Amino acid sequence: MSDTPLRMNQKEPLVRISKQAELSDKKRMLLRLGSLLLALVAGGLFLLILGYNPLQIYATMVTGCFRSAMAIQATVKIIIPLLITSLGVTLAFKMRFWNIGAEGQVIMGAIFASYFALFCNTWPHWVLVPVMLIAGMVGGGIWGAIPAFFKVKFGTNETLFTLMLNYIALYLIILLRDGPWADPASPGFPKIARFVKNAQLDKVFGVHIGWIIALVLVVAVFIYLRYTKQGYEISVVGESQATAAYAGMKVQKIVLRTMVLSGAVAGIAGMVQATGSDMTLAEGVANGVGFTAIIVAWLAQLNPLGILLVSSLFGLMEKGSSVVESTFKLSADSSDVLQGIILFFVLAAEFFIRYRFTFRKQRKGGNEA
Amino acid sequence: MSDENKIPNREDYAIECCGITKSFGTVVANDRIDLSVKYGEILALLGENGSGKTTLMNMLSGIYHPDEGTTIIGGQEVVINSPSDAMALGIGMIHQHFKLVEVFSAMDNIVLGVREKYSNPRKLKQRIQQISESFGLQIDPEKKVYDMSVSEKQTVEILKVLYRGAQILILDEPTAVLTPQETEKLFEILRRMKEQGCAIIIITHKLNEVMAISDRVTILRKGKSVDTVATAETNEKKLTELMVGMPVSLEIDRPVTENRETLLKVVDLTVDRPDGTRGLDDVSFEIKTGEILGVAGVAGSGQKELCEAIAGLLKVKTGAILYKKENIIGKSPAEIIDLGISMSFVPEDRLGMGLVASMGMVDNMLLKSYRNHKGPFVDKKPARALAESLVKRLDIQTAGVDMPVRMMSGGNVQKVLLGREIESGPNLLIAAYPVRGLDINSSYTIYDLLNEQKKKNVAVVFIGEDLDVLLELSDRILVLCHGKVTGMVDAAQATKEQIGLMMTGSSEKEVAEHE
Repeated sequence: MSDTPLRMNQKEPLVRISKQAELSDKKRMLLRLGSLLLALVAGGLFLLILGYNPLQIYATMVTGCFRSAMAIQATVKIIIPLLITSLGVTLAFKMRFWNIGAEGQVIMGAIFASYFALFCNTWPHWVLVPVMLIAGMVGGGIWGAIPAFFKVKFGTNETLFTLMLNYIALYLIILLRDGPWADPASPGFPKIARFVKNAQLDKVFGVHIGWIIALVLVVAVFIYLRYTKQGYEISVVGESQATAAYAGMKVQKIVLRTMVLSGAVAGIAGMVQATGSDMTLAEGVANGVGFTAIIVAWLAQLNPLGILLVSSLFGLMEKGSSVVESTFKLSADSSDVLQGIILFFVLAAEFFIRYRFTFRKQRKGGNEA
Repeated sequence: MSDENKIPNREDYAIECCGITKSFGTVVANDRIDLSVKYGEILALLGENGSGKTTLMNMLSGIYHPDEGTTIIGGQEVVINSPSDAMALGIGMIHQHFKLVEVFSAMDNIVLGVREKYSNPRKLKQRIQQISESFGLQIDPEKKVYDMSVSEKQTVEILKVLYRGAQILILDEPTAVLTPQETEKLFEILRRMKEQGCAIIIITHKLNEVMAISDRVTILRKGKSVDTVATAETNEKKLTELMVGMPVSLEIDRPVTENRETLLKVVDLTVDRPDGTRGLDDVSFEIKTGEILGVAGVAGSGQKELCEAIAGLLKVKTGAILYKKENIIGKSPAEIIDLGISMSFVPEDRLGMGLVASMGMVDNMLLKSYRNHKGPFVDKKPARALAESLVKRLDIQTAGVDMPVRMMSGGNVQKVLLGREIESGPNLLIAAYPVRGLDINSSYTIYDLLNEQKKKNVAVVFIGEDLDVLLELSDRILVLCHGKVTGMVDAAQATKEQIGLMMTGSSEKEVAEHE
């Protein structure tokens, strides 16, 4: 080597991110499983530091979900609203419409359905339940339509708009609870009255029929997105509005229609939660599912069948954590950290499916010296 | 075997690249490429699209990092990690798409990002004028970029790198947006730079330009450097063979058709762009069945607006578009599609309009026809059959009709788009930039497809960039400049220079007087 490099300090960067070749399905699954395993190891270290036996805790997490019929029913109850809401946001996300307002849409669905549960509860049961379902869809649909309308007419930012509507919906419950809908039987502690038996959802296998509604929706959304003209339109609009207009589609109409549907599905989740689980309209009716649904939808890559799987895993994790909390006196914060660790690794797997790190190679000829 | 034996006089070499390799995922964009330029020399880098020209130059300018290979600048081995490293080594790149701040003046753009203090505008102006004069560049340092023509913007880009002291200039397809006259002016400047000892690499796929400007030519094919030849010892035919890898004919047919009737008549059409600026200004012309009407113009002269106005995508301000004597203004895009007016616009990014990138060929076939099936569901069977027949008929290279079209190469994507439009049996076919960025073979396939339509009595509007092609393929040529019609000429009679003058705003009459 006769020529010394001009700049000794100039080296190739230590780590670069480069695009990964498309992996086979088998490799993808292996990578995902591997990341889950790593997540359990990392979570285990965390638990060890806290002074618990990780194996014991993991075992309790799993058995906690399945140890009795009641435990299974409780797990399913957690899954239902999350599953339905995830399906709702998927419709909007497929269109690249950033609906962060599922939380508010769930709440509005619950409010609309609750009106009938509270004030029309003498109607025959077989009339009341469908009416509550439709009311829930209307409530959620309106809450989805508002940001979509302003988006297509004035080009407002849908992320902010849908987010803000969440708070309006949330405080609307409080307003109703403290005033017009307050339970006269509970004067000291403001709350909305418990729904009468007639206004509660029926149970099948010990769980309210929300689970049947959810499964029907999985199939319906799957077919809608994949095989219908409207589903096709959603995909095209999501990819490029210019292309959609070029193909003769009415983009504004499609955006509005899809957001109404997205909100309506989320509204069903609210109706099911209020009339099936809570038996009243509680402030925490949505309890964050509108946000968790966003994670679920993307993790499942907007595939309804994937959403069924991912939301079930989320449900198991949540139920398992609560069992662990009560069995081992583990604080709720610690189990949140544990859930966070698992989620972090799962998301990292998605990154490594697309990219990889390239490390600096040792160059020949002793340039490093 | 040391390097000295291979290259006798290494002091003279500005750049020597040996065995440069770069891959993106499984795609090997550059495969052990060797390239060298001397100071005071113009090297043309010739190759079809996707042959790795831009990737290689991006590595020299520090945007990408090579996986393997060595780069020697001015006799010393270097590693270029960022564009500022490249600048420090005296390498300046002029990109195909200008990177200027529109609201800044030329002067502000030139000093943007230079570390030395921007203290005295008067001195700075002097310095810029001094550089401009020495290379024969003409520029008003105070002029704002948004007021500039394309060629002025390019001048600013060149000044930007010269101001930073670049000795090695890389120009990525600099003539793609210029008129013939502007191109000649640019070449003058490049020759002046060469005399002053700069090393210049010019990327292009126009053979006549390679012959006119370069000293040597390095030809890339499929990521490999196939040969380097001295320009004086070669000709266009030989270069084409090296570039394509087999002999090709460079003739374009212009079949004769009869019984032409006026199909579409555009009368006093004025259109504003969405941002409020005038897109088309009082445009009138007509298109007959069985003819190819070429549309020439510098990029952004109203071609896009013309397409969109006819397709019903842009609101028309005044004027009329008569299709078979019926005014189609105010009809929805879907109604216009049903009339048999078919528009295929290939934008700069190729996929922006007309195709859905993440969908496969089958789903893309459905884009305009999915409505025709009754009921709420989409019927994919005929679309699949159509996609499969197109693959066979147009020789489309794809791993399958369900593979997302974004994973196909540019030429195949454009065949899919044009194929679909032709299969819809249009009466009027608007093809905007259908050969944009295509290799020679694919381009000829597209010309044949357009001629085939012409023979079927379809009225074809061909909006193109390459004047040579426009002159050979079209029957008549409409010239646009700033949204106005500056000429409508018979393609068999007109010359490139005449059209070039009209493209910059001289009217047909002035051009005739000029002759």
